[in-house]
Amino acid sequence: MSLQRKACIVGIYEHPTRKAPDKTIAQLHAEVAHGALADAGLTFRDIDGYACAGDAPGLGPLAMVDYLNLRVRHMDSTDTGGSSYLIHVTHAAEAIAAGKCDIALVTLAGRPRSEGSTGTVPRNFGANAPDVPFELPYHAVTLNQYAMAAKRHMHDYGTTSEQLAWVKVAASHHAQYNPNAMLREVVTVEDVVNSPLMSDPLHRLDCCVVSDGGGAVILARPEIARALNKPVINLLGTGNSIKGLNGGHIDLSHTAARYSGPAAFEEAGITPADIQYASIYDSFTITVVMQLEDLGFCKKGEGGRFVADGNLISGVGRLPFNTDGGGLCNNHPANRGGITKIIEAVRQLRGEAHPKVQVPNCGLALAHGTGGVISSRHGSATLIMERV
Amino acid sequence: MTTLYQDRTITAPVPTPENQPYYDAAERGELLIKRCLACAAYHFHPRTICPHCFSDQTQWVVAQGVGTIYTFSVSRRVLPTAYAIAYVTLAEGVSMMTNIVDCDLDALTIGQAVRLVFKPSDGGPPVAMFTPA
Repeated sequence: MSLQRKACIVGIYEHPTRKAPDKTIAQLHAEVAHGALADAGLTFRDIDGYACAGDAPGLGPLAMVDYLNLRVRHMDSTDTGGSSYLIHVTHAAEAIAAGKCDIALVTLAGRPRSEGSTGTVPRNFGANAPDVPFELPYHAVTLNQYAMAAKRHMHDYGTTSEQLAWVKVAASHHAQYNPNAMLREVVTVEDVVNSPLMSDPLHRLDCCVVSDGGGAVILARPEIARALNKPVINLLGTGNSIKGLNGGHIDLSHTAARYSGPAAFEEAGITPADIQYASIYDSFTITVVMQLEDLGFCKKGEGGRFVADGNLISGVGRLPFNTDGGGLCNNHPANRGGITKIIEAVRQLRGEAHPKVQVPNCGLALAHGTGGVISSRHGSATLIMERV
Repeated sequence: MTTLYQDRTITAPVPTPENQPYYDAAERGELLIKRCLACAAYHFHPRTICPHCFSDQTQWVVAQGVGTIYTFSVSRRVLPTAYAIAYVTLAEGVSMMTNIVDCDLDALTIGQAVRLVFKPSDGGPPVAMFTPA
């Protein structure tokens, strides 16, 4: 069953906080739900579907549905790291299309900044995770695993640190207009490549921020969406995938976006050339370069050249991306950026982005999430949306 | 630039019933990988069920202990001392995560030939690492 135009995004909310030591994680989830309902013009009693991932406390939906006192008939706790929330959108749309729910809420929230989280500490999922004994002793951390993907990309395709730096430069051009962004200063290629080398070849400014906060998205049946007071945003296409290490026969030249992207474009019935705005997961600069290739915005190996010279800057280049400043400059709540990728794409389609970064007459947008680690196991989810 | 390898405290792996032979072999200075009797393919990390054909006829094999660097990164600001994380492709064709040790970390290159060494872990079995051949 195609999901094309079977569900609409009717509510969005991004928490303005970037540091919340005085709030609980459940409270932040509730605050973003509250904000998205107000944005949609709905009440919590309208919600009959709910999704959250591993950033939620307790047993996820059990804890949160009870805490929020929702009455749901669709629930989802898929956890593929930062890409979870885009998958939640797909699952909610499937439930809506099947008549299993009418209005679904997706929330993300966390406080990694207040809790002292960094990308330089191993994420230890415990000895029962089959990969852990074979990775933990080598001090594999988020940072150096993405760095290994960047190193290989440079080796295979001649990608340079200067090209990677352009991703950060573009994000910073957008973040200067976002009063909530953690990093609002416009940076240059030289600033990025001269920032401290963290793990070859990634510099400090190749890395995303660590922030508290969160976001929420609400989906509804099209006839409900048409009765609300916001531009109708249709879901056109979706694609999900997981890529691992293939039993040791590894190939780090591509991410799982190679599978989720074409699936989403096929369902949407459009091509990458039709996309006017793209939210691209930006845990690191290399993440963006590889995903752009895998999603089909350029050929494999040409991502470095594609992002250079401001090609991702709104009003300057061919593909405006992450006009909120993205994870590289704005926020990365719960160390998971998926929901903010959806939110900024919807802002662009509604015409609600900052005027300095708004894409004129933005009718087709893409949001893409990657969760986990691109050089080992990661989830990938692509959403294509249109404004009616 | 020269960044000489320095020993660090290595977090001990916690063996499981499924991978205990791998760590028993490490105590003897051997690197075990698995090969499938049904499809003849090697895999890593070792599993009971072959990840290539799903046969349960998998067999432990002593790896030659030589390979080449598939990719690597020298982490300079993660621990107090720099260290090199890598994927090494073994002569048998499978790649494994590892560290490159006992060398100038700034002289490493992708494709470089390496050989197996073991480093002690903090209270657990020795850990398979590699050094330039």
